[in-house]
Order: sequence, then structure tokens, then C-alpha cells
Amino acid sequence: MVTSLYGAVEQGLIYAIMALGVYLTFRILDFPDLTVDGSFVTGGAVSAVMIVNGYDPFVSILAGGLIGFFAGCVTGILHTHGKINPLLSGIIMMIALYSINLRIMGKPTIPLLNETTWFKQIGTWWEQSGIDAAIFSLFSSMGMEEYMPKTFLVIFSMMLLVMIIKKMMDWLLATEAGLALRATGDNDRMAKSFSANTKGYIIIGLGISNGMVAVSGAMITHYNGFADINLGIGMIIVGLASVIIGEGLFGKDKMARATLAVILGAIIYRIIISLALRMDFFDASDMKLITAVIVVGALVIPVWWRQFRDRKKRMARKKEIDAQEQTHTEGASQIATTEAD
Amino acid sequence: MLQLKQIEKVFYEGTPDEKRALQGIDLKLNEGDFVTVIGSNGAGKSTLLNVIAGVIFPDFGKVTIDNQDATFIPEHRRAQWIGRVFQDPMAGTAPHMTIEENLALALGRTKKRSLLPGVSSKRKKEFREILSSIDIGLENRLTTKVGLLSGGERQALSLLMATFTKPKILLLDEHTAALDPSRAELVTRLTKELVERHQLTTLMVTHQMDQAIELGNRLMMMDAGQIIFEANEEDKKDLTVEHLIAKFQEIRGKKMANDRSLLTV
Repeated sequence: MVTSLYGAVEQGLIYAIMALGVYLTFRILDFPDLTVDGSFVTGGAVSAVMIVNGYDPFVSILAGGLIGFFAGCVTGILHTHGKINPLLSGIIMMIALYSINLRIMGKPTIPLLNETTWFKQIGTWWEQSGIDAAIFSLFSSMGMEEYMPKTFLVIFSMMLLVMIIKKMMDWLLATEAGLALRATGDNDRMAKSFSANTKGYIIIGLGISNGMVAVSGAMITHYNGFADINLGIGMIIVGLASVIIGEGLFGKDKMARATLAVILGAIIYRIIISLALRMDFFDASDMKLITAVIVVGALVIPVWWRQFRDRKKRMARKKEIDAQEQTHTEGASQIATTEAD
Repeated sequence: MLQLKQIEKVFYEGTPDEKRALQGIDLKLNEGDFVTVIGSNGAGKSTLLNVIAGVIFPDFGKVTIDNQDATFIPEHRRAQWIGRVFQDPMAGTAPHMTIEENLALALGRTKKRSLLPGVSSKRKKEFREILSSIDIGLENRLTTKVGLLSGGERQALSLLMATFTKPKILLLDEHTAALDPSRAELVTRLTKELVERHQLTTLMVTHQMDQAIELGNRLMMMDAGQIIFEANEEDKKDLTVEHLIAKFQEIRGKKMANDRSLLTV
């Protein structure tokens, strides 16, 4: 039970990079970008092929991100210069990338079990550092051996990496160019009237978003130990679920707060999924359905809750008036009877 | 500063809905001119502003801004010379960004945007000063999201954002029409102050004849895509609303029954 939670947190941290990318398009640019389903796999595919061919794992992740960046830019160009509807541009790229990903990989799955993945690479350094050993001795001194994960490597390294990416994103969105990017999504007519090349910002924004998605896909590939052509199916919904859960639970007032909320949302989403899958009733194949239900729930429950609360408030107020009226009429009828007497 | 030569614009050309929005507009604005434009709905006033701003390109004619041919320069590049305020108070600001972020964005109109922080502490101080100059209390709300401001406040902010970087040309598109009378008066007063302070060359479209007479040093009346009447600085001093209506009837030779209801006195 507890050990599976470690796995959920690990995966949540890796998927958080993807969720931040989705946040950039969905919320900042107001562009529902479905390229994600394809670019997530593209990152994994490029990285896996490069590792098999002996490239450095970290370089392969960056390369995957770069190709994802270009894929996102193409979606942006389809929309801005081809005047294709945003949803359709994304779907077109998603479909195109499916074939491209197969071309890159050459086969539907690439196993990386005997290859040096990024986690294996930093793992040797991690063991030397002795941090795991120190934490484990702490656990056993408290008599909690059974609650120990195999290693804290993924959690620590990903936490560091995700925080770096978050900080970079916060910084970028506060720069002059970042403000123009946000204005493009917020009010594009106004952005244009203040010299912002909105088409350019949409293209670059989609590029950065899909670059992040592809990096996340590459890292998941390293984490899983294989690349799979179908890994990206429904990824956009996973990203969206993370964004919505995060915003709902942790707020979205300030930029830095919102990006943190998205990261936490991604982790919580993974925890919910892992808890749901522990129920005997569900199979691993039910994950997409569970995801759909989570997204619907996250979208609908707050709205219903607000309606319910407002209704209760209104009813309470109306009762007050009813009560006032009643005392009034009672008083009046009393006066009437006394007069009649 | 701004020169338009024989501007023509036709919408839906070759269809039954064909509309000749602009028919041979010639216009010259000298530096410091403040021209008010009146005309009924469909006269082509907004189309004229859109041609100047580069939102649409003319089918025929030439637009010159500060002695440069700007006819086909796209909107976002032309914006470095042009400040604009729209009719809709929601249109000129980004609602999910704070007041200081909006001002920082406006600052980027005239120069290339960098990867330096948009809102530095030095700029914050400047923004506070600029905001206190319009005296509606926004200087203490720098980190408030603009979406939380009232329509009047947003329009005042839009006006400030369009003017404080001193554009070569200021375009105002019925920017007080969607506000209640007291707010409209405030924004009109601010317009006067800001245009005078920065010595801006301005073109203002309005529905209100009294506003058109009160503001600016020149006035022009448009109808059916043409400029049908112009008043220079001398003529404008003696203009009254009655004069304008009489002028319109004289030139167009038709009763203003319909138009009169559209042009608010």
C-alpha cells in the first residue's frame, strides 16, 4: 500500500512536467492543444532510439524535448497561418505524429532494460552519495522498515528537476515577452494593439509546451524501461485532470501559485489512480475510464457545490422574509380582531 | 503625421451584400491635430480607424504615417506608432493580468520585448506615478487583476495605457459610448488632459455631436463611406449641434429622421 504510493508520487512528479506544458497551452494561451497525445510519445521515441544507439541518456531527453518543440510549432503554424481551428490543428498533428513516432521507433515498442537510462546513470552517483542509506537507517530506527521504498532516487531527482522547470516557467512568464504571451491568450486583440506578434507567440508557446510534454514522455520511458507507441493515448486528459485538480485544491491566483498547484495536481491525480487500481473491481485497463470520471468530477463537483450553497443561502433568506410576513399578518389580524371587538 | 490618399474599401465584393465601406477617403493630420469624426451607423468610421491601425488593408489607396508608407504594414508592427482605445471597455486590457502587468505590456508597444522582468521595482514606482496622474485611486491597486475593475476604471486604464508611451497617432473608437454618463464624462476629461499633456495627434470617432464639438481642433462628418463635411479650427469655434444637423441635411438633401435618432445630441 504505502510503497505503491511512492510509485504514484514518482510518476506524478514526472507527469508534472507534462501537466505544466498542458497548463501553458490550456490556461495561459487558451488553446486546447491535443498535440500532446502525440508529442508525449515522440519524446519517448526519440530518447529511446538514441539510447539504444549509444547516446548519453540526458542528451537523448533534451533531443526528445527539441523534437517535441518542433511538433508543437507545427500545430501553431497550422492554426495561425493555415487558419485551422485549434482543436483540429492539434488532432491533425496528433494523428500525424502517430505515424512519425512509429517511423522513429521502427517498431511499436523499444525495451530499454539493458540500456543505460537516465535514472540508472544518476543512480550510480546516488548510491555513492549514501543519502538512501541514511534515510533507510532513519526509517529502521523508527521501526518502519516495511514502509520503505526501494530508493528515493527518483523522488529526489525529479523533485529537483520539476522545481527547476517550475522556476524557469515562473520567470519566463514574468518577463516582457512572457507578459505578451499571457496577453495573447488573455485578450489577443489588445495584445496586437500593443505590438505583440500574437501569431508568433502562439507558435512559440505551443512549441515550449510540447517540448515540456516530450521531455516528460522521455523521462517516463526511462522510468518504465521501455518506449511504447500507445503510451500517449489520453495524455491530454491526464494533463487536464492535473491542472483542474491542482487549481481546484490549491488555487490559481498568482502565477507561481498556479504552477505549484499544477505540479501537486499531477501527483494527486497519480495517487487517486493508484488507489483506484488497488480496488479488486478495477483492472489496469479501466484507467482511462477512471481518468474520465476524475475529470468530469473535478469539473462538475465544484459547480454543483457552489449552486447548492447559493441555493441554501437563498432559501434561508427567503425563510426570513416569510417569517417577517407571517408576524406582520398575524399582528394585522390581531389588530383587526381587537377592533372588531 | 498621418496621410490617407484615396482610400477605398469594399466588403463582400461581387455579392448581393456588397458594401462600399470607404469611397475615396483623403485625409491629412498634422502633428498635434485632434480630429473628431461623427457620422451615423455604417458611415465607415470604424472601418477608417481599422485601415489606419492595419487591422484591415485598403483595397485601394495609400496610408502614410510619419512620412513612411504604412499601407500594408501588419497591425502588430504598425502598433509601435499607434495607440488605440476601443469602444468595449473590456477590449483594451488583459483581465487576468494585474494592473502593473498590463502597464508593463503597454510599455512594450514601442520597443522589442526582452527576457528581462516585465515589472521591476523601478518600473513599479513609475507606474504608481503614472497612475496617480489620472487620480482615480488605481495607484494603490497595482497588483489587482484588471478583470476586477469597473468598466469606467478599465476604460480609464486603457486610455492611460494607450497614451503614456506617447504614440505618434492616437485612435479613439467611441471609447466613451459604453459607459454611464458620469464615467463617460470622466473618460472624456481624461482624454482631453492626456492628449494635451503628451501633445498627441488624435483621431476620435464619436456618436455624440456635443462631444465632437467640445473636443479637438478639427471636426469631420462621414456618411456612406465619404467625408461629407469638414470644419477647421476657425469654423469649429462657432459650430453648434443645430449647425451640424442643418449641414448634414443641406449636403445630403434628405431628412435626418432616422439618423437623428442615431446621433445623440
